[in-house]
Amino acid sequence: MPEPATADVVLELQDVAKSFGSVIALRAGSITVSRGSIHALVGENGAGKSTLVKIVAGVHRRDAGTFRFLGEDVDFHSTAASKAAGIAVIYQEPTLFPDLSVTENIFMGRQPVGRGHRIDRAAMYAEASALFERLGVRIDPRRPARGLSIADQQIIEIAKAISLDASLLIMDEPTAALSGLEVERLFAVARSLRDEGRGLVFISHRFDEVFELCDTVTVMRDGDYISTDPIADTTVDEIVARMVGREVAELFPKSPAPIGDPVLEVTGLSSAGVFHDVDLTVRAGEIVGLAGLVGAGRSEIARAIFGVDGYDSGTVRMLGREVPRRNVRAAIRAGMALVPEDRRKQGLVVESSVARNIASVIRRGLSKAGVLTTGAENRASSPWAGRLEVKTAALDMPATTMSGGNQQKVVIAKWLATQPRLLIIDEPTRGIDVGTKAEVHRLLSDLAGQGVAILMISSELPEVLGMADRVLVVCEGEITADIDRAEATPEKVMHAATRAARPNDIEPTTTMEVSA
Amino acid sequence: MSALTLTPSQMSPARRIVGGALRSREIAVALVLVLVIAATTIKNDQFLFGANGWRDLLLTPAILVLLAVGQTSVIITRNVDLSVGSVVGLTAYLTGRIFIAHPGTPVLLVFLIGLLFGGVLGLVNGALVAWGKVPALVITLGTLYIYRGIFLTWAGSNRVNASDMPDNFLKLGTQQILGIPVLTIVALVVLALVGYYLYTARGGRELYAIGSDPDAAELYGLRVTRRILAAFLLSGAMAGLAGVATAARYGTVSSNAGLNLELQAVAAAVIGGVAIFGGSGTVWGAAIGAFLLVTINRALPVLGVQDFWQQFVVGVLIIGSIVLDRVLSLRRDRKIIEARDIA
Repeated sequence: MPEPATADVVLELQDVAKSFGSVIALRAGSITVSRGSIHALVGENGAGKSTLVKIVAGVHRRDAGTFRFLGEDVDFHSTAASKAAGIAVIYQEPTLFPDLSVTENIFMGRQPVGRGHRIDRAAMYAEASALFERLGVRIDPRRPARGLSIADQQIIEIAKAISLDASLLIMDEPTAALSGLEVERLFAVARSLRDEGRGLVFISHRFDEVFELCDTVTVMRDGDYISTDPIADTTVDEIVARMVGREVAELFPKSPAPIGDPVLEVTGLSSAGVFHDVDLTVRAGEIVGLAGLVGAGRSEIARAIFGVDGYDSGTVRMLGREVPRRNVRAAIRAGMALVPEDRRKQGLVVESSVARNIASVIRRGLSKAGVLTTGAENRASSPWAGRLEVKTAALDMPATTMSGGNQQKVVIAKWLATQPRLLIIDEPTRGIDVGTKAEVHRLLSDLAGQGVAILMISSELPEVLGMADRVLVVCEGEITADIDRAEATPEKVMHAATRAARPNDIEPTTTMEVSA
Repeated sequence: MSALTLTPSQMSPARRIVGGALRSREIAVALVLVLVIAATTIKNDQFLFGANGWRDLLLTPAILVLLAVGQTSVIITRNVDLSVGSVVGLTAYLTGRIFIAHPGTPVLLVFLIGLLFGGVLGLVNGALVAWGKVPALVITLGTLYIYRGIFLTWAGSNRVNASDMPDNFLKLGTQQILGIPVLTIVALVVLALVGYYLYTARGGRELYAIGSDPDAAELYGLRVTRRILAAFLLSGAMAGLAGVATAARYGTVSSNAGLNLELQAVAAAVIGGVAIFGGSGTVWGAAIGAFLLVTINRALPVLGVQDFWQQFVVGVLIIGSIVLDRVLSLRRDRKIIEARDIA
């Protein structure tokens, strides 16, 4: 159990429980966050971290347990109450108003007002500019939030939370979409907030970040509190072992597979303003890693290959035959499959059952006389669900009730059911817990062994280096490096991803001219 | 500097304002309005310069402007109020009955009663939408029939005639101050107040936020229920005001008073650039849309366009404005993506 509260404690939760219907999300969550401390909260997906955060944020109300904030028993009925008390939360997924300016997004609901309750826009823009400066980013405070990259959206979230001047700042995987430089800036700000005596909670799956930034770490597993230790007294291996409650099998079980003929050949693919002159080849049994910073254009390239988006010039060939542009059906017929980055929005019909999701692409083949029965869907999907060990009570459970890792498995199962020759997989393990990560990696390795060509987009360097036979690095819409597995090092990839060879990025106008 | 962020706009404030105005939907719709008036006046100068031309040009849209203002505040929150036509009819009839029962009632008091009564009807809509968590389309479609039903049951075969209402009230319907009809002044004052509130007050901005992303609004801790109630209250109150104005303007209230006005109000807002899925648009645009809609309906017969084609033109206007929005937003998105690539 955590140490009992003293005057220096900002947040104290003891044995907090929460269930949704029959699903227990949190059994006995406990955490004690001190002033001037950055406290890591780690655990597999589904361990109850997000539920715990939402209880503190006032989104959910706890069923049982003690909840003290700044030494007082509290019970927040709404997010407004928690905010007013001095709690700021950066959620895993940015929650912005696309139609409004980024400044309005930061200050919505608490805009500075002048005489007659009139919003003081000048003050608001000035304050937003100051916040961006502190974060070291250049974003026009007047531009709408629509069209911001995920990284920039995350920056807005962070600016919003900082501007709240809160005594407790909770960050739920804030770095998932950020580049290395942005992470550094965020950490600098987090440390300065800590030095001002605030309490911070940092949730992340990236252990290097946890160990770099935090001073204390609390581990959760299956909705329960497991342990709290000073970071200095523990190791990654210990924490991982506690998180999974078992020894994790090798994280990147890439086994060498015989590499065959080219499956996918892309030549000269260009789309104005998105990517230029992309050449790439993926052979049977080969895993090609597409590395680069978020926003470099990797997902866009994948979408163009798969026919979701159009392109201006270039060709895409599958097994030697040209695939028409902007035609997803033709791409699927040619043997392609795409597991998208955002599984909840693009990969799943979250309200539908697991079986229906898995059978959704092959349903034409399942229907008899134009009628598609649930039975046929279940029969067709159960072997795939079983093979991927999708943990769900029944195939007719809606996908929305499952954890991120299991949802990802459902998306993969959906495409495996089409028996693809090429699997494009975008961020295969983003937001997935350690245990499931290894399973996904083993699965990719097995597929390659069976002769499937795999194009894997990943922002996690260890994943790319561990899994890929060949690493292609994308920077600003261009492939800047093609590195063999044996020669791939983190330094080489990062070098190509940031084009470090280019004169320093300090003068933005010159880089604009260079790339334009 | 990070290569991922966008460069701030280098434009001076003056250029930004001018550039914004040139691209604004309000100006575009206003231009179309001016063109329609100009074309019609060239064909027949009575349209603008005739004895009643100027007055009718300003007076006829006044009622629809009131409704469009109310409708806009609801649409911005990603809702819709289809009951306003029935509220207009019911309030107009109530106005007549008040004068029949108490002929000496002060005119101002009648306007206040209309405002209040409409507000209560709007509040019923708002309460059902906000607490029932039922789509506004369904709720207000229901209350459209319920309010119309109450009106018909109450009125029976009776109707309110001009002789039932005092002269000073009826005179208001056509009276002018400095060449501007009183009802138009009322509509413009209301427009200015609501427009100012939506732009400068926290409550107004929160309506936009709620419509832009309702889930995010909850996480921000905005008082979503309260704001939605307020938007429906405003829409109802505007419809109530429009009901009293209808009684004053036309002098008689029959059972079809206010019929189909709700769709005209929605059309005015859409033509004026209010996004039907909420989050963007202004009451100024909606008001200009209302002027355009009414003026086109009056101009087409003058231009010799047949009845069928008049409806057709309104339809083209609605679809055209939505297509325009779509094209512009696609272009904007593409620009943003290109900017991201260059930055």
